[in-house]
Amino acid sequence: MSFNVPDDRRYRESHEWALPTDDGIRVGITDFAQDELGDVVFVELPDEGDSVAQDEEFGVVESIKAVSDLYAPVGGEVLAVNEALFDSPELVNDDPFGEGWMLEIEGADETELEELLSADEYEDQIA
Amino acid sequence: MTSHKPPLYRTHRSAGADFTDFGGWEMPASFDSIRTEHGAVRDAVGRFDISHMSEVVVRGPDAAALTNRLTTNDVRELEPGDAQYSCILNDEGVILDDIVVYRYPERDGYLFVPNAGHGEQMATRWEERASTLEFDATVEDRTEETGMLAVQGPDAVEAVESVTADSVADLSQFTARRTEIDGVSCLVARTGYTGEDGYEIVFPAADSETVWAAFDGIQPCGLGARDTLRLEAGLLLSGQDFDPDSEPRTPLEAGLGFVVDFEKPSFVGKAALRELEETGVDEQIVGLRIEDRAIARHGYAITDGDDEVGHVTSGTMSPTFDVPLALGYVDTEYAADGTELGVEVRNQTVDATVVDQRFLNTLEADT
Repeated sequence: MSFNVPDDRRYRESHEWALPTDDGIRVGITDFAQDELGDVVFVELPDEGDSVAQDEEFGVVESIKAVSDLYAPVGGEVLAVNEALFDSPELVNDDPFGEGWMLEIEGADETELEELLSADEYEDQIA
Repeated sequence: MTSHKPPLYRTHRSAGADFTDFGGWEMPASFDSIRTEHGAVRDAVGRFDISHMSEVVVRGPDAAALTNRLTTNDVRELEPGDAQYSCILNDEGVILDDIVVYRYPERDGYLFVPNAGHGEQMATRWEERASTLEFDATVEDRTEETGMLAVQGPDAVEAVESVTADSVADLSQFTARRTEIDGVSCLVARTGYTGEDGYEIVFPAADSETVWAAFDGIQPCGLGARDTLRLEAGLLLSGQDFDPDSEPRTPLEAGLGFVVDFEKPSFVGKAALRELEETGVDEQIVGLRIEDRAIARHGYAITDGDDEVGHVTSGTMSPTFDVPLALGYVDTEYAADGTELGVEVRNQTVDATVVDQRFLNTLEADT
């Protein structure tokens, strides 16, 4: 089984991704992670304006078969949460790197992003 | 525990299945998504490899008397081809396993089907009891030599009827017929574990490929969907909703009183159950509808205010109703339908309502 690992973003070992955008850093979970979890049924996310610290839990993703904590790949203030996931959590399965994004974080430290894995490194980890 | 691979392991692997260990068997957890497989069974038809189930054959003049001593339901009521749901208890009345007992349609003897990993233990139990009672019966654990699959769903009759040499459409619930599928001798029974109509089919393990392939084109389903389907139907899972070590429960607590026949002569556990029936049970199983966005999982505490009044044994997100459902044991005073309770989920209390555990009936009535 091979998984999609886009090289436009960086990865945390715990299977979250971080993608720099114009406004901040977008965060979600990987194709590998959504496949391991199976049918996602709930996503618990922080509120807009909350602050999150790198490597700390920022939420929970729950599938029929398992529940898993979500860890922040970078720290900062929560600029936006993907509210579409509350009604359509299956977006995490259908499009983990796109419509299934979870948070947008602003004010992250550049070095935090650099500490994360590259696409190649993450691909090696899940191989 | 030894890890067994089902005869169809390679076939499932090629079909892209994810596997999980279940009762010492490496079985498909899913082929596609649980939702897809679950939906196929509720709306049309799905097929399951259930060769992890154990098969024990009891024969001889005292086969019925022996089995009657060791199970709660009355085996003597079975005509050839009849099947019966039953429990195996210890002397304290605690459920060791739940089984289906089949009386062979075409020959003398009985087949009973314990859960995964229990065949050898139950065969030994039968043998020892036969020896103690000086009963004339032979007992054989045929788990390794036997294959089993289930075809379940509203379209199951059409699907199975189209491949069997003899008609099976007229079989009533809990009856079985001997017939052939692509030349393989099969016991086809109108039984299942999904809350849908359907069949369970027993055949020689060596012919697994032939029988499975006869149903090609039908959605293959794994243990994940088997679990969500049985939970919606309010059916218990041995080893989880009751277990002699981790969740010791009598049939009266587990809502299985309907398979206990107090009228029949002595059976193991009868005296203990009789006493319990008079004094009443302290705890009993209930269905819970979770009113919040969280799954109440195995082991989570059930609360009334600050008091812990029970715990969850099984929980899932219901693919059919899109609400989280659970089974759990609570103090009897909290067991009435409509009772509002809480479940501790990750240090938070979510609201839960006691509902009839046959969720398929209860919740359909709501919508």
